[in-house]
Amino acid sequence: MKPAPFAYHRPETIEEAVALLAELGDDAKVLAGGQSLIAMLALRLAVFDHLIDIGRIPDLRGIERREGDLWVGAGTTDADVERSSLVADAVPLLAKVTPFVGHFQIRNRGTLGGSIAHADPAAEYPAVALTLDATMHVASRQRERTIAAGDFFDGVWTTTMKDDELLIGVTFPEWGGRSGFGVEEVARRHGDFAITGATVGIELDNEDRIRRCSIGLLGMGSRPERALRAEREMHGRPADEIDTTELGQLAIAGLDSVPGDLHGSVDYRRRVGAVVVARAWTGAIKEARRA
Amino acid sequence: MHEVEVTVTINGAMRTTTVEPRLTLADYLRDTCRLTGTHLGCEHGVCGACTVLVDGAAMRSCLMFAVQADGTEVTTIEGIGADDGELSPLQAAFRDCHGLQCGFCTPGFITSMTAFLRDNPAATDDEITGALAGNLCRCTGYQGIIQAVRQAAGQNR
Repeated sequence: MKPAPFAYHRPETIEEAVALLAELGDDAKVLAGGQSLIAMLALRLAVFDHLIDIGRIPDLRGIERREGDLWVGAGTTDADVERSSLVADAVPLLAKVTPFVGHFQIRNRGTLGGSIAHADPAAEYPAVALTLDATMHVASRQRERTIAAGDFFDGVWTTTMKDDELLIGVTFPEWGGRSGFGVEEVARRHGDFAITGATVGIELDNEDRIRRCSIGLLGMGSRPERALRAEREMHGRPADEIDTTELGQLAIAGLDSVPGDLHGSVDYRRRVGAVVVARAWTGAIKEARRA
Repeated sequence: MHEVEVTVTINGAMRTTTVEPRLTLADYLRDTCRLTGTHLGCEHGVCGACTVLVDGAAMRSCLMFAVQADGTEVTTIEGIGADDGELSPLQAAFRDCHGLQCGFCTPGFITSMTAFLRDNPAATDDEITGALAGNLCRCTGYQGIIQAVRQAAGQNR
């Protein structure tokens, strides 16, 4: 047995889960699909006295429309997101990115909320949440509150949730009008952690000008990033006149904590990062024109 | 640390055992149940050798604790062929196409692709190679494996 010993708890309701969190504090860790956590426990990168398994809480699962947004329960598996026609219809970027999340065997167990709460800067769901300005719904024994995606990701594997808080669901805004989305990723093999990647949403007006756009980057810092300056500069411009190579350069220009490792140096990530932004942008424009 | 009771139906036979919570499903299958057909390569979710079916869905048994399998039905490589030892069509295709060499990774390929072909009976070549990305083989060079899955998919068409 590779992981260090721990006590196992399997609450059946959200109330039971947050009561356990309140009682056990930072000695406890929430176990969702376990597709990152169990590997970290096996490698003893993480050690906890208590694991709270939220895998059998029915209220944490489900996908539905709520007040114009799409609600995805934190315990919904990646495979359920992938198969959902509601997700494909309401939040196409979420549907497009899901086949990039691990391999299908991982998606059968991994959960959307688990990935977002784990906050790996190279993971897809945190980048999409940031790109679409999603809202995280968290609960503790005292209260429920919401955290905007822009305020949620704090650093590598850290979020602004408190020790006694549980992520219960995420709402993604639906984009209307002539909108299109693009995802591009570079990885050693499909399904592995991205070396770099981009998630783009674009809405065009009737004259094919950029009415709104959002550019997310993954694997390019200590948390998912938004290319806010590039977004501002594209706003209002005719889609035809945008040089995507320049756009890619602009998108990575402000990044100051691009990681380098054996899969790719800092320079390599910057060069390839600019290219994936350009490609994701081109894909999104194509789709928006057809919409 | 206190042990917990788990009941799992493995290849059709129900079994109740007490286990330490930190025991992975893979170690439970291999060491507790003595079903050593499930192989452990990397033990952190990368290689796919330990893949089993949990309630029919392919999952990494190294990325799951035995306690999480409580109440589920697990199918391991030992449960894929017929009771009399006859190979499943996919297993037979691996034999026909030289889809294995040393055989270490094969249980993971077979369990993964058994689930994949059940859900995608008319899979295209692109879908097949995409689905195979979750399993690593270090000796056949993959061409025989791809050929085997194509052959099995053809039989499903």
